[in-house]
This record gives sequence, structure tokens and C-alpha cells, in this order.
Amino acid sequence: MTNNATNIEAQIVELLAQRIPAGIQVSAQTQIVGGLGLDSVAILDFIMDVEDRFDISIPLDRVAEVQTIAELSRAIEALRRTAN
Amino acid sequence: MIPLFSKFDDMRAIIDSLVASGRNPFDMRFERILSATEAVLEGRPCLLFGTNNYLGLTFDATCIEATVRAVHEGGTGTTGSRIANGTYCDHALLERRIAEFYGKRSAMIFTTGYQANLGLISTLAGREDHLLIDADSHASIYDACKLSAAQVIRFRHNDPEDLAHRLRRLKGHPGSRIIVTEGIFSMLGDSAPLREIAAVKREMGATLIVDEAHSLGTRGKNGRGVCEDAGIESDVDFVVGTFSKSLGAIGGFAVSDLPDFDLLRIVCRPYMFTASLPPAVVGSVTAALARICTDKSLSARVLSHSGRLYSALAQAGFETGPEPNPIVALKMPDKETAVRFWNRLIDRGVYANLALPPATPASLSLIRCSISAAHTEAQIDRAISVMVAVGRELGVLDPRPGKTPVDLTRSLPI
Repeated sequence: MTNNATNIEAQIVELLAQRIPAGIQVSAQTQIVGGLGLDSVAILDFIMDVEDRFDISIPLDRVAEVQTIAELSRAIEALRRTAN
Repeated sequence: MIPLFSKFDDMRAIIDSLVASGRNPFDMRFERILSATEAVLEGRPCLLFGTNNYLGLTFDATCIEATVRAVHEGGTGTTGSRIANGTYCDHALLERRIAEFYGKRSAMIFTTGYQANLGLISTLAGREDHLLIDADSHASIYDACKLSAAQVIRFRHNDPEDLAHRLRRLKGHPGSRIIVTEGIFSMLGDSAPLREIAAVKREMGATLIVDEAHSLGTRGKNGRGVCEDAGIESDVDFVVGTFSKSLGAIGGFAVSDLPDFDLLRIVCRPYMFTASLPPAVVGSVTAALARICTDKSLSARVLSHSGRLYSALAQAGFETGPEPNPIVALKMPDKETAVRFWNRLIDRGVYANLALPPATPASLSLIRCSISAAHTEAQIDRAISVMVAVGRELGVLDPRPGKTPVDLTRSLPI
């Protein structure tokens, strides 16, 4: 894994921590949907936080393809490459 | 056996737990509807505060008469779509009346309000385009986005700055930008800052769609909604609305000044491949629209009632939505309290809506009331006193027995 990917994942985890109860451990393989007790609207709100942190837009169809933090991280990397 | 329904196990558990706490809010059965504001529920009369019957026209004598006449003249149904079975004169007349009401060039009617959003948004937004929708948008807008080939981006609720920011991020991308928002939002009853959103639209060269489902007939000098109130009707490319709330029937519509609007009739699948509205509905909606054009007292009355309910509940200490509108929402501390509150209201003869996440913004648990011009002041005061009493019993409000805020001419006890 590249340093860049590790850095993105760390930032995702930090943003996620603000939306889930304290004490829940998350890793790159954590399922965002269904794994953390977040309902569909809460997940979309979390995605908006991610968009603002990385200054990108993640269209809803891309969000639907993402299951884990690692997958979200890869989607962010790809969207940043397209944006630049 | 294929576990076809196992994906809904979570929903089954939620329903089981709701039923164990009292009633199933998704399966309430009224034995009789007595009027626009009263029904018989569980063998007892009940005040209706969860109907969206804002102008109380469901039992309006003129609308009922028009319905009966239309059935005799046009039959019980059209038995098909307008592209196959054709348009009845009264469909065309209703479309002309709606276009005139909004001062727009064209109108299209749909079989439901849900289909109006589904059809208009999914058809207008093509593969290269971007839809920017308010985060608190109604399910019909989200479903339209799913059906569309466009890229969909949410902007933060009622935040024109955030919308502008997200539009700027799209710089260099091809295609149109289509902004979708609502006049009044259905859960908290808050209205959109349309003047500011229209300014962003103009600056960015986007298209603007506003859903006025809850604001038709309840807001604006002529009942044309929050767009009229905000003075930005000429900036709005499409207004979408429904016949199922203020106009007391069912159906939806879209209006626009754009010259190619009528092309939608041959490309918009949720319009093309469903049966058109039956004569009875077209008749009653046409009569209801005429009524709100001539009788401004209805909207004045629903707004006055809304202010009465909102102020009394806010002053009693409830946390409400940000402004008085015909939807008044009470924020509950948690789901369990919301469920208990809702059940207790019904025990005391007041029916409101229980709104739980994920159907609500920000994971809120709400008691959602809708107010009608047909309510009497005594009914509004009865609902206030029941809600305050239940609020005190359940610890949502400070318990101060013996004080019920029904006299609004003086400061209310907190």
C-alpha cells in the first residue's frame, strides 16, 4: 500500500470517528454500510464530510459501489487523479 | 428455499419492536373519515394532525360535486396512458389552468406527485449532466436520481454557499448542472432560501427545479408557494407540485416557460407508461384550483393555525423546526420516546405522524404535525394541550402539572 493510500485511509477513519459511537474500532476492511450501525442518510452525510476534506465530488453512483474504507480510499484517489 | 426476504430482516425487527411498543405506524387503519380533520380510530373519534390536507378541501362541496359530474360524464377511469388512449379535454383544461395559475407557458400533469419528480428529473438529466440535490430532498427526488443517467451530488441542506462550492468543483466538466430543491421540506417544515439559491443558479448558469409540494396554496400572495414569496419565479425553470395535499386529491404536475417543454410528453417514461388521471380526480382538482384562486382565506387560515400551534408548542418548551409552516415538527430526544409520545397522542385522540430515521434528516426522531385550514381553533388548542400534557408525562418538557397553554393572548408557561 502506498503512503498516499495510508494517509487517505487515516483521514477517512478520523472523519468516520466523528459519526460513530466512541470505542468502535475501524480498519481499512471495515464495512461502512451495515458494519457501523449508520443508516443510509448518515452514510451520505459522512460522504459529504469526505468530499469536503478532499475537495472532490463523489457522485452517488460511485458511493453505491463502495463497501469498505479501503474501497472508499481507492475511489477518492481515482477521483483526485481525474480532477488534476 | 431462496432467502428472498432475508435482506429485510432489519426492517422486520423494527416493525416487531414498534408493534411491541404499541401500534404499527405504517399500518394505521381508520374505521371512518368524518371530515378533513376528524376520523374514527380504534372505535373512538380522533383529531387528524397528520394528513397534509392543508386547505381542508377533501370534503369541499364544490370539489365533490365536480367529481361526481366528471364521473358521470367521463367514466371511472381512462384505462390507459395519454400517448396510447389519448388526452381527454379535461386533462388539457387542467393543464391550461395550472399553467395560467403559475403564469407559465406550459404544464404537464402526472398520475402522482412522486411520478412528477421521477419523470421530470430523470428525463431532463442525461449522461453528461450533473444533478445537485438538497441533502434533505424527498424520496421521489432520490429515486429520480437513481433512474437518471446523470452524476448526482448532494449539497448541504438549505446551504447556498455549499451549493456554489460544489458547483465550482464541477468546473471543466461537460454537461448541464441541474439544481433540485423544495419550497417547504416535508419533515421539519423549514423553507428553502430560494432567493440565495436563485442567485447561485444565475451566477453558475444552472437550471433550477423547485418542488412546491407542501407550499402550493399555503405560501405566496397567490398561493404559488415559496418561489412567489421569495420573488424569484422567473429564475425557476421548472416548478413541480402535487394535487394530493392542498388540492385534496392525487396527482402531480410540472410547469415551465421553456419552449421545448412539451417534448417531455414523448420522452418521459413515468408520464408515458402509466394510466392517466381519471376524470373524477381531474374534475375535483380543477375545482380545487379554482377555489384557491378565488378564496384567499384558506391559506390565511392555515398559516394562522400553523402559527398558533407552532408558537404554543415552542413556548411550552418543545424543540421544533426553525419556522412556523403548515408542517410543525417536534424533535424527540430519542426513538423510544418518539414512539411512546406518538402512541400516547393516539390514546388521547390526536393522530400525528411518527417520523423516524432514515426517513428524517440528521437521524432525528420526530412527531410531525400537519395543519389544515379546516381545523377549528378549538381543535388546534385541544392538540396543543394534549401534546403539552404528553410532553410533561414523558419528560420531554419540564413537568408542571395544571398548566396548559391554550390561552395564546398571554405569555405561555414554560
